[in-house]
Amino acid sequence: MTTIAELPPGFADKVLSAQSTFRSVMDAMARPGSVRRIAPVAGTPGPMMRGTAAIALTLFDHDTPLWLDARLRESPDVLKWLKFHTGAPVVQDSSVVSFALIADGAALPPLERFALGSNEYPDRSATVILQVESLSDGCAYELRGPGIDGTAAFQAAIKPADLFERLRINEALFPRGIDVVLVADATVVAIPRTTRLVTKGSQ
Amino acid sequence: MNAPAYNFAYLDEQTKRMIRRAILKAIAIPGYQVPFASREMPMPYGWGTGGVQVTAAILGPDDKLKVIDQGSDDTTNAISIRKFFAKTAGVATTTATEDATVIQTRHRIPETTLGAGQVLVYQVPIPEPLRYLEPRETETRRMHALAEYGLMHVKLYEDIARFGHIATAYAYPVKVNARYVMDPSPTPKFDNPKMDNCAALQLFGAGREKRIYAIPPYTQVVSLDFEDHPFEPYRYNAPCALCGADNSYLDEIVTDDKGGRMFVCSDTDFCEGRQADGHHGSLSAAPYKEKAQQQETSNG
Amino acid sequence: MYVAVKGGERAIENAHRLLAHARRGDRNVPEVTLGQISEQLGLAVDRVMSEGSLYDRELAALAIKQARGDMIEAIFLVRAFRATLPRFGASEPVDTGAMRVERRVSSTFKDIPGGQILGPTFDYTHRLLDPQLAEGFVPEEPATAEVATTATPRVTDILGRDGLIEPSPQAAPDAPVGDLTREPLNFPADRDLRLQNLARGDEGFLLAMGYSTQRGYGRNHPFAGEIRFGEVDVEFFAEDVGFAVPLGSIELTECQMVNQFKGSATEAPCFTRGYGLAFGQSERKTMSMALVDRALRARELGEEVRAPAQDEEFVMSHSDNVQATGFVEHLKLPHYVDFQSELGLLRKLRQEFVEANDVEPLQEAAE
Repeated sequence: MTTIAELPPGFADKVLSAQSTFRSVMDAMARPGSVRRIAPVAGTPGPMMRGTAAIALTLFDHDTPLWLDARLRESPDVLKWLKFHTGAPVVQDSSVVSFALIADGAALPPLERFALGSNEYPDRSATVILQVESLSDGCAYELRGPGIDGTAAFQAAIKPADLFERLRINEALFPRGIDVVLVADATVVAIPRTTRLVTKGSQ
Repeated sequence: MNAPAYNFAYLDEQTKRMIRRAILKAIAIPGYQVPFASREMPMPYGWGTGGVQVTAAILGPDDKLKVIDQGSDDTTNAISIRKFFAKTAGVATTTATEDATVIQTRHRIPETTLGAGQVLVYQVPIPEPLRYLEPRETETRRMHALAEYGLMHVKLYEDIARFGHIATAYAYPVKVNARYVMDPSPTPKFDNPKMDNCAALQLFGAGREKRIYAIPPYTQVVSLDFEDHPFEPYRYNAPCALCGADNSYLDEIVTDDKGGRMFVCSDTDFCEGRQADGHHGSLSAAPYKEKAQQQETSNG
Repeated sequence: MYVAVKGGERAIENAHRLLAHARRGDRNVPEVTLGQISEQLGLAVDRVMSEGSLYDRELAALAIKQARGDMIEAIFLVRAFRATLPRFGASEPVDTGAMRVERRVSSTFKDIPGGQILGPTFDYTHRLLDPQLAEGFVPEEPATAEVATTATPRVTDILGRDGLIEPSPQAAPDAPVGDLTREPLNFPADRDLRLQNLARGDEGFLLAMGYSTQRGYGRNHPFAGEIRFGEVDVEFFAEDVGFAVPLGSIELTECQMVNQFKGSATEAPCFTRGYGLAFGQSERKTMSMALVDRALRARELGEEVRAPAQDEEFVMSHSDNVQATGFVEHLKLPHYVDFQSELGLLRKLRQEFVEANDVEPLQEAAE
């Protein structure tokens, strides 16, 4: 068992690291498909990637219930680290959470199980943070939607392979929906609920 | 006594997290007003507390901040807000639109086309475009949920029946990404077309009404109108008396009590830039030489 | 030639200097101290603490001094400071039944256990300006007596024992306490948030709203069951030690109104409640608050919502004087560009009017 003192550290500079991480995530959300780098460094408990850890330290607190997938839940360090550094409650019921952290994309539950918001309050919906293998190599994706000048292309190795097919619920449910942040090590790509897949290439 | 100690950019980290989460949802749902727990700021409601909170939540040490009120960097409230951030965040400030990474504005969009590296933060008094038609929040929220905007069209149509024109000159309602009707803040309708397909991210903060909303870059923003009464931006038909620009929004300056008046650019940075480039208007002080001294540099 | 107005920064600095000078007033007159404000303008301090939602007499006195006696400005200063304070949690509910009562009156019973205690009140003073106070008046020491040992149970508890008044709702001890300064407010709002809003609300606004219910705009047949003012202990449950730790004591005024009874085929009739609470001694505020609280319970009690005081969106959206003064006063900020746009539209409409009606050009069009 790890003691608190042995837990991976948080940000060295809480204030400026959080600001810098937020700007990367905000830019990613504002320009879907663009790959953004998260510069600040924090500890990475268990299977959590650098980018995920930085996002957690930046956006999570007592007011943001979290859902963790089985792989993350299995790591006692992840639970302790999140509780110690963010105070965010980890809950079982994925339909009430602000954020969901997914380390094993192959086991991503159906997106309908997460908070989708209501038509009156579509903001009360989950942001799914999905760790993927790569945001530079792999399948070619072409996207369109708000934030994109024409179309945006990026390459990524994403599990589940049918992520964008699953995200079609966003089209049907809008303004309700799920916003996704893909993380590969210290890089992020955001797929807000308004983004649509134009084409998907092969590997 | 409990002596106050303030954080970088004034807001405490918990507040910043809350505002940052609201900003992300606002970007994900273009034109939808996200409720947020607006804090009491050290300046009055109505002076830009919403814009200030949004700016404080996004601002970093590498940013260059420009603040305008009525298009001008030199109006007292713009100066006051710029000083607030120079003091609490030690951030560099500028009056040059093209140099700024974050621009906080009240009532105008700069004339210079904004770029992809920029964020425009609007100060918003009444974020709800339907508020003057339906005072109840419970009702307007339902209308947005159902995209039921008939009331707005009826209002615009009644204007036409009564005046022959849509009688809205500022805070002219727009539809964002073909879904939400949104209040652009009290900008003159001249500025509405600049919001459409804009390369910069546009964020809106309403402190007293506790709402944040956004237009992502390259998003469709359409001013509401009718086929037979299309939207028309308004601009006084004259060149700027100082720089000769015939495409900028103009302030009317009353010069005497006998009907004398002149028209000059409301965007002072744009106007000064044109004068520095050698453009003249009918009343310009030529040669233009004061710009260098008057321009504020960092940590003003 | 025209040169655009510049020098706003200098103007601001000079205005601040002038404000400091005006605040000080005639320098031959001794400067007022925080102690003098706190001790001799105590009710002003109480109001600033209540509507500023921060119990700190010294800071409230400082705010009053800094604001030159402008109460809303002082409340604003306290609120802005409060917004920067870290939050550790909510205290245990204070027990006003165990209040060390300094004043306590009931208009519903002639005598009650613990008795009626008049205390420091303006109620039976004759409002004649007192010239003695103008020149160093030293008042008599107050009359004293043995400290009473009898308990002073709340009148509503006495009525409650016989079921004559609805039970006071007991919140589940672990239920989260709403806080409209931390979470965005949504409608309809629960009573905890409504009461918080009213406690922070402008005394004048609540007075007018409460008064309107008495004049028939949402009448609710109030009796002042009890108004009590005194000291209560504040405790905080510390998770690490596992028990409630005393933090100190504060002065409160509490008003419990006994109102219009309810009842149905399945429920025995009983009186209903309206509640008011404020820091320090603030009877006008707590009584008004209790009237408005009861009016806002219309929906819950199945009454028709017809009057402004019963309309929670109306009351809660307009009760806050810091918000209200900001939005009213912001009209003095420049609105040149939106006004110009409106002016352009109006000129065009007038021009069209002239053309359509074939009349003499209107005055401005003539120039």
